[in-house]
Amino acid sequence: MGKGPIHVTVSSDTKRILKYISIRAGTVAVSLIVAVLLTIIIANFGGMVDEIVRTEVEFWVWEYINRNPEYRGLSEEERARIASQMTESALRARGLDKPFAVRVFIYLGDALTLRLGRSMHITSNAGSRQVWNIIAERLPPTVLLFTTTSIIIFVSELVGGLYLSRRYGSLLDRMVALLTPLSLMPGWFYGIFMIIVFAAWFRLLPWGGMVDAPPPEDPLMYGLSVLKHMVLPILSWMLAYIPIGVYNMRTFFLIFSTEEYVEYARARGLPGKLIERRYILRPTLPPIITNFVLTLISSWMGAIVTERVFNWPGLGTLFYAAINPANPDPPVVIGIVTIYAYLLAISVIVLDIVYALVDPRIRVGE
Amino acid sequence: MAFSLGISRLRTYLRYRSLTFGLVILAFFAVLSIYAVIAYPYDYVTRIWYDPRAWEDYPRLAKPAWIRLFTRLSELEGTITLDSRSPGAVKIRTMISYAGRPAGVYIRVEQSFDYYYDTLPSQIVMWLFVNSSQPVYVVVRWFKPGGTVVNVSKAVYTSGEHYIDISTERVGLVAEYLRYLVEKLGHKPSYALSGLIALVAAEDKGILSLDTVRPSKGVYRVVLEAESTDINMNVDIKVNVYGTLYGIAGTDHNRRDLFIAVAWGAPLALFFGLLAALLTTISQMVIAALSAWYGGLVDNLLQRVSEVFMVLPFLPVVMMVSLIYKLTIWSLLMVVVALSIWSGTLKTFRAMFLQIKEMPYIEAARAYGATDLRIVMKYMVPKVLPVLVPNIIISTPSFVFLEAVLALMGVSDPTTITWGKVLEEAYSGAALYRGYYHWILAPAVMLALISVAFASIGFTLDKIFNPRLKEM
Repeated sequence: MGKGPIHVTVSSDTKRILKYISIRAGTVAVSLIVAVLLTIIIANFGGMVDEIVRTEVEFWVWEYINRNPEYRGLSEEERARIASQMTESALRARGLDKPFAVRVFIYLGDALTLRLGRSMHITSNAGSRQVWNIIAERLPPTVLLFTTTSIIIFVSELVGGLYLSRRYGSLLDRMVALLTPLSLMPGWFYGIFMIIVFAAWFRLLPWGGMVDAPPPEDPLMYGLSVLKHMVLPILSWMLAYIPIGVYNMRTFFLIFSTEEYVEYARARGLPGKLIERRYILRPTLPPIITNFVLTLISSWMGAIVTERVFNWPGLGTLFYAAINPANPDPPVVIGIVTIYAYLLAISVIVLDIVYALVDPRIRVGE
Repeated sequence: MAFSLGISRLRTYLRYRSLTFGLVILAFFAVLSIYAVIAYPYDYVTRIWYDPRAWEDYPRLAKPAWIRLFTRLSELEGTITLDSRSPGAVKIRTMISYAGRPAGVYIRVEQSFDYYYDTLPSQIVMWLFVNSSQPVYVVVRWFKPGGTVVNVSKAVYTSGEHYIDISTERVGLVAEYLRYLVEKLGHKPSYALSGLIALVAAEDKGILSLDTVRPSKGVYRVVLEAESTDINMNVDIKVNVYGTLYGIAGTDHNRRDLFIAVAWGAPLALFFGLLAALLTTISQMVIAALSAWYGGLVDNLLQRVSEVFMVLPFLPVVMMVSLIYKLTIWSLLMVVVALSIWSGTLKTFRAMFLQIKEMPYIEAARAYGATDLRIVMKYMVPKVLPVLVPNIIISTPSFVFLEAVLALMGVSDPTTITWGKVLEEAYSGAALYRGYYHWILAPAVMLALISVAFASIGFTLDKIFNPRLKEM
């Protein structure tokens, strides 16, 4: 704190922020690379990645042979021999005949540039077998549902926490404290009960899925239908995560509202709203944002099971289909793990950027 | 003053009440675990659980029997089995002779059962065990209490075991019975008749609609007659009338007694959850202590490692690993622990150790020449134990749920019977949609109970051990 000049100019401000962000982004990028590397090493203990790459190369070689009139006159064995030769040389050309220690870096490069290869049997709705196309098609529903959920939960926690910290010790406050153990059970678990109550018993809301079948033509009706399908998943997550969130937030605000500078502001007779905004909320903002991003990150994970329970056509349902032990699709599994790693890394970097913007300590320098 | 004292006393009381409450549930699970291990030995259970023959005489998707208390209906619990091979069965064997020489054999089996229940059975199945070198002509007739005779079977069978589900809509007896019914009542039923309705429904106005159909109460008789030219021929018949209720937890789509799964889920959940929580928390503590004590390079390295794991998506990686390596539940435990160590709790522990490190008594220890290991293990670690114990208890349910998640995604150990596995089968069997709530609720209630138990114990211990962190 003391190192920086007293009058900080805007340009040096920006420079510091940029420097801070780029250092953090660099660290996270290194973590991402190591994480993806680890994933590949884990996956290839059984030779899975090798198998995927070979299948992909073989596919292209056969495609080429079947299309090329030059090979049409040859017998089946002849063509198979040529195909295996071409496969070997294609693998050699890409350096994939080298030992695993070298190969792994080629795979790493592929994964990091999102060349995820072809799936074994899962196709996208458009019929593509490219893992990236399949994932890109399933990503938006997941992001839609779980970002909405996270935002709703975050805002409820913030508002509820502030409200309870003002009414500390009241009946409502004690009730929330009593409800906190609810959060030991995950959101998808409440989802099951939600379906029993609202879909099976009252027949009010759909059992699962994203839109009615057949999907409505009118965009407005389509949107409403999607909204209707989002109610139960969101409700079950709220039930699972809001009580503990509100309780933690309220305790957090309470700790900060007993700080001396808050007492001083109160003594000066500042209005309650102003104290709340300027003296309690502002210094607590960085940890609160961390909290939000962590909620968001955990929502990416929790999404897998919740989507399975609600049959939501997102990444989680895709993952479930790909991981089915009776008929697995390893390229899709590895692709999704990589995408999740990216999502996590991006969340962490965004968190750091927001931190840099709201935390004056970073702006003024270490 | 007196008022606030009263409140605080009440609060203490409540606090211990919740501890007692948690301990009572936990004791229930402990008793259930011991019962499961003794009553259904592990080898025996894993052998029969996936063997369809072992569950042949159990009703399919039967509700728990205690549901009677709420429905106030008398329903058949379990199965009525009529077996001509059982000691009490009456089986008459007559030789057929033609021109003074034995030309064949005639067998007649008559069996009966009482049916005085308010609801229809769920299914009726017949097995014919034919042992003959020649074709056997078999007639099976079903006598209803009202006197109606239904011809269940009139066919030629060869040697072997024949399984016939006589309660479906496709069996031959339905068409014949429908003609008889229309003649008797003058009306046609408003739905497609099934063998089940033909065999047990009362033949009044009620049978015309699916909502009003009732069973005919009384004594039913099943008569088998068989004839063949092989004089050593033998025919046996087994008829199962399956009920709609079974035991404490009901049965699933494979007729398996869900109580066994519920009971066996308890020891596995307790072991998996507690062991995972214990190992994770202890490893976290040791790593945090090392990181804080040595600082510098060690700390830096561990920080970087935990950052890598922050980016590594936990759940997908665990699932990928258990898909690729076909993990058993115990090796899965190791993977889960190895990946869970690097969570936020590690940072919390590290921060605590960093504070402890600066305390005067640590400095004193250093002054008398204690080794690093001695300081970490004897002076720093015990200091965080009060936080550690509640932390282990509180994090246990999350590991129990993690196992359930893996099972729900279909990647758990295929040889174990856990609550998550039952949940997965119920989900795949569309139990919710088709109204088999008991199937999903049995494991779900167990999961909920075990987390309530650990929550109330954990949170109370936290308040007792860490009075400073007491709710403010």
